[in-house]
Amino acid sequence: MENSEENKEKKGRYRALAFIKGKTFAKEKDSDISENEIATWPYLMRKELLAAIICTIVLIVWSILFDAPLEELSDPTMTPNPAKAPWYFLGLQEMLVYFDPWIAGVVFPMLIIAGLMVIPYVDFNPKGNGYYTFKERKLAMLTFCFGFHVLWILLIIVGVFMRGPGWLWFWPWQEWDPHRVVAETNYDLTSFIGVKSNSFMGFIIGGAVLFGYFYSGISLPYRLLKSRKSVAIEKLGFVKYTMVAFLFLCMMALPIKVCLRLVFHIKYIWVTPWFNI
Amino acid sequence: MENQQKDTFFTKYKKLAKEKGLLGACFSMVFQSKVWESVFRHGLADTPKNRTLKIISNVFLHLHPAKVKRHAPQFKFTWCMGGISFFLFLVLTATGILLMFYYRPTVHDAYWDVKDLEYQVPFGALLRNLHRWAAHLMVITVWLHMFRVFATGSYKPPREFNWCVGVVLLVVTLLLSFTGYLLTWDQLGFWAVTVGTNMARSTPLLGHEGPFGEQLGMTSHNDIRFALLGGSLVGGNALLRAYVWHCIGLPLIISIFMMVHFWRIRKDGGISGPL
Repeated sequence: MENSEENKEKKGRYRALAFIKGKTFAKEKDSDISENEIATWPYLMRKELLAAIICTIVLIVWSILFDAPLEELSDPTMTPNPAKAPWYFLGLQEMLVYFDPWIAGVVFPMLIIAGLMVIPYVDFNPKGNGYYTFKERKLAMLTFCFGFHVLWILLIIVGVFMRGPGWLWFWPWQEWDPHRVVAETNYDLTSFIGVKSNSFMGFIIGGAVLFGYFYSGISLPYRLLKSRKSVAIEKLGFVKYTMVAFLFLCMMALPIKVCLRLVFHIKYIWVTPWFNI
Repeated sequence: MENQQKDTFFTKYKKLAKEKGLLGACFSMVFQSKVWESVFRHGLADTPKNRTLKIISNVFLHLHPAKVKRHAPQFKFTWCMGGISFFLFLVLTATGILLMFYYRPTVHDAYWDVKDLEYQVPFGALLRNLHRWAAHLMVITVWLHMFRVFATGSYKPPREFNWCVGVVLLVVTLLLSFTGYLLTWDQLGFWAVTVGTNMARSTPLLGHEGPFGEQLGMTSHNDIRFALLGGSLVGGNALLRAYVWHCIGLPLIISIFMMVHFWRIRKDGGISGPL
């Protein structure tokens, strides 16, 4: 204690010998940049500026060449056929072919939003954080690409280019014929075994099929993985696993229903007095 | 030194011009003036310190860190999609404000104001085209941005929450585009919005045609669709609501979420990259 104080006093004793006018020898410390860093100015800034300029040019050229669509004054008494939603919602409108509006227009969009938000909390794979890799996260990539590219984008393409009057399928080179009628009778699932779908038995069977789909879809893989002592299940835990499996089954319900409709002409799986699925 | 001080106003600049040439003199008069220094608080020499100061002493640029990881801002990594989305938002704000000068959101005027924009207002058609195409492009760039972020696994810890904020931004972007669709009040927009909002009829519990809606006393005059449209049909109220949401409500919301989004990028370690 005493020693250090003494030192301090000794160190602190300076005497001015002379004043010299001029630049100081002391130098301000310059900001240093390590090996794996670059200065934002100019390296990032010039890229951003370039991107903005290219974007502006593309937009202006595009806007000069192509006029934004404007049809005649709106007329509530004249429904165009087909009446299409904006192109980015056509995936949802296309789903209306296979599901009732409360699923296609409300529940599925909600599930998509919820599903997207859930992703970071259920993907426990520490690999592939911040770089491109397919090998290290095959399942995640495949699931997302299936949902995004195959379901969302493909349905939009179908909705934009393939759907004509009456929401019937027209190839882009086919002429739209507003009088075309396609005789298509769809059946409810239970009518295949001779039970009326709106009867009590039909209600029970349809409900059982639907709950069976979700129950077995959730529980069978769980038991299988549990018996194999899978690390994935250990890390996820029961609740998170159930959520993932439920969202995944909901996503797969769309292609399944599409197949059922196109191949077997099935309209509803479960008919209740309040809603149909 | 003493000589210079005695120089008159003109001889001082004469000397400067002789010394550095006319251009050089102008250069130093502007860039070394007190005014310039008061605005931009850094020198012009290309030193590491000035590079840093250029970013951190500028309120607009200081969204960036002064230095970034070497691999991070590469085009092949980011595709520039987040930045372009933000740039398009700025383009949409600028063109949108100009469009508001010429547009009245009433059933009587809306369509004809758009027609006027196309044929009467100088550069009106270009303005409208820019706004429309930038909006479509923004939807695409936001989707591509989301896909890029997923493909690089950039939603993983510590960026989980920012991914969620991004999902909200995606939804609001779509809503902005959708509310704008009605404003032209032509057949295209009118029926697109009619189709879109008809889905709200069948919202479970809250829509009068949805599951259990009827049991909860929902009619076409008190359900969620009525709240969205301000009526049971797409009419003047719906147009006004779309306009207010499109020009005030949703831009405010998206700005707030964008603030959080950008701030969190910095707080969560900058543009993502291999850890």
